[in-house]
Amino acid sequence: MLEIDNLHAKVAEDDTEILRGLSLKVGPGEVHAIMGPNGSGKSTLSYILAGKEDYDVTDGSITYKGEDLLEMEPDERAAAGVFLAFQYPIEIPGVGTMTFLKTAMNAQRRARGEPELTTPDFMRQVRELAGALNITPDMLKRPLNVGFSGGEKKRNEILQMALLAPSLCVMDETDSGLDIDALRIVADGVNRMRSPERSIIVITHYQRLLEYIVPDHVHVMSRGRIVKSGGRELALELEENGYAEYVEAA
Amino acid sequence: MPAVQETIEQVKEIDVDKYKYGFETFIESDRAPKGLDESTVRFISAKKGEPEWMTEWRLQAFERWLTMKEPSWARVKYPKIDYQDLYYYSAPKSMSGPNSLDEVDPEILRTYEKLGIPLREQEILAGVRPAVEAADSDADSDDDSDAPAAEGTRQVAVDAVFDSVSVATTFKKELAKAGVIFMPISEAIREYPDLVRKYLGSVVPITDNFFATLNSAVFSDGSFVYVPKGVRCPMELSTYFRINERNTGQFERTLIIADEGSYVSYLEGCTAPMRDENQLHAAVVELIALDDAEIKYSTVQNWYPGDKEGKGGVYNFVTKRGDCRGKNSKISWTQVETGSAITWKYPSCILRGDNSEGEFYSIAISNGHQQIDSGTKMIHLGKNTKSRIISKGISAGLSNNTYRGLVSAHRKASGARNFTQCDSLLIGGKCGAHTVPYIESKNASAVFEHEATTSKISDDQMFYCLQRGMSEEEAVALIVNGFAREVIQKLPMEFMAETQRLIGISLEGSVG
Repeated sequence: MLEIDNLHAKVAEDDTEILRGLSLKVGPGEVHAIMGPNGSGKSTLSYILAGKEDYDVTDGSITYKGEDLLEMEPDERAAAGVFLAFQYPIEIPGVGTMTFLKTAMNAQRRARGEPELTTPDFMRQVRELAGALNITPDMLKRPLNVGFSGGEKKRNEILQMALLAPSLCVMDETDSGLDIDALRIVADGVNRMRSPERSIIVITHYQRLLEYIVPDHVHVMSRGRIVKSGGRELALELEENGYAEYVEAA
Repeated sequence: MPAVQETIEQVKEIDVDKYKYGFETFIESDRAPKGLDESTVRFISAKKGEPEWMTEWRLQAFERWLTMKEPSWARVKYPKIDYQDLYYYSAPKSMSGPNSLDEVDPEILRTYEKLGIPLREQEILAGVRPAVEAADSDADSDDDSDAPAAEGTRQVAVDAVFDSVSVATTFKKELAKAGVIFMPISEAIREYPDLVRKYLGSVVPITDNFFATLNSAVFSDGSFVYVPKGVRCPMELSTYFRINERNTGQFERTLIIADEGSYVSYLEGCTAPMRDENQLHAAVVELIALDDAEIKYSTVQNWYPGDKEGKGGVYNFVTKRGDCRGKNSKISWTQVETGSAITWKYPSCILRGDNSEGEFYSIAISNGHQQIDSGTKMIHLGKNTKSRIISKGISAGLSNNTYRGLVSAHRKASGARNFTQCDSLLIGGKCGAHTVPYIESKNASAVFEHEATTSKISDDQMFYCLQRGMSEEEAVALIVNGFAREVIQKLPMEFMAETQRLIGISLEGSVG
């Protein structure tokens, strides 16, 4: 599904190098957790996967479904199934959540040469998925993320993810700012999406989320590269001992 | 004004037959000769078969115009207009009442099709089928038995103005049943001279401003609406203006009168083809609302804005003013300004009647080299008058977008209230947004509120939309539609979808 090889990247504006030789392989149906201290480059990795302009890739490669991901525009990546659940979802005043969802959905369908969804079909899909995430019809009418609570914003990200049905989900600190009930709703939403055709990368500080979304692989990231990989037990070990030894190792 | 008096005397001496002769010689060309002098004014008046008082009125305006200077206070720049290098009258050939579709130039039909006037209406427009019959056959195909029109489909009566001539007006018969007069103003001058004489120039006098005065002298056509006492106009009325001819100025004149207790909603659409040279458009719209009457006037202005280098495009110098003459009357302007190289336009309300209400909702989008200087004036004269201004300016490319507004309270306007909100959105770093509000209050009890914001489309918003699969252009259109939502919601249904689409089109190429 995804193969990142020796990726080097810097901030375009000031040349600060953030990723320094990061390599990662994610197979179809796998759930990978990337953990690491602040400033280790986790969010940068998620932005580079999604194609944000603010970074320059100076070396290495990213292959997604056999294609060079770095050659694709952000909207092309989205249509090809790359989805980023934002750590801080963006507010768009005046644009109804439903309108936003429909515009996104149909843009992707058009890009893939599929027919646009009719409004009733679309509404039915949204309502079904929204119900399971405790998202009220009123919330769907409100402008996108404007005045949403932290929990509402994160649930809205999961709703978009469920609706767009991507094949690669990158979740950037989806657990931050969530209370335990909201965390459970979000995790259940993600777990419902697990499938043999879909890969999920969960970026988080805390092992708490991984109690709900159980990963197949856990990676520790420090100073722009992956310094240790293991199974679920690695997350528990980190919880116990912290990141200190990895920061030093890197 | 001795000069004017002299003109009137001169006009009175005019031998009408001589003008008929002049009319004959000119008709072959379908156009008035280039340039503007007294004979041009007389030519237009004769061409329209106008009564003497109208010709006098025009000549009076022309005399006045000669003494006036083009205004320069607006934040727009353009090369000097040579008023002698323009045609002031142009009529499409064989437009004297077509009897079948075949007689209407297919190009004109295609044009209206592109403007989004449905085919059924086009046929009516072309005069092939009477409106009532067309509505019946429509109902048949919808399995409705005797209903005159399918439930839920709203009818819109259309007056189409092609260059200087009103091509056709639809649904005339149905409107007549309700007592509503909707016809080209040239016809109204002949058929309802008393009404026209009473109200024409009563809101925008012939001395008003350079462009309005020019219009008074040379206006060729436009729409006339009269809604009688207590009548709620049964359908939306609509005019589509189209400039087609090269080097031709378009000067329409619209006059709408809502008598006591009546209501009318009027839509105006404008387009022009792409031309290298600039085209001049100087229209005047006058609205009069008597006691308890309401007029809702909506415009989607999409004149050609010029090319990427700023070549060509329409110069749009328009005077629009509504007079809430009666108590409890209401006038509401809604405008979507996306076209024109230059827009100079301030739809205003004179709140004369006690408790009268004025509204102005505006979306002004500028891209490329476009220049917009637009806004409104709310003149509070009566007691407890209310006004509301919501202006959304969107600037992209190298354009400049200015909101210019005046809210004033006369000393007798006790209890006057205004709320103004001016929001500007910038796309890219080379455009400009300017807000120039004037507030004048001579009455201590008046309460005026003004709010203004300026924002940019953030990179984060763009990236978020792109990450969800939208193209840059779709993302901009979506964000701008959200920004302008308060105003879009005020538009009649017919214009809402068109506007949303237009926002996307007019901002093409504004990012990246």
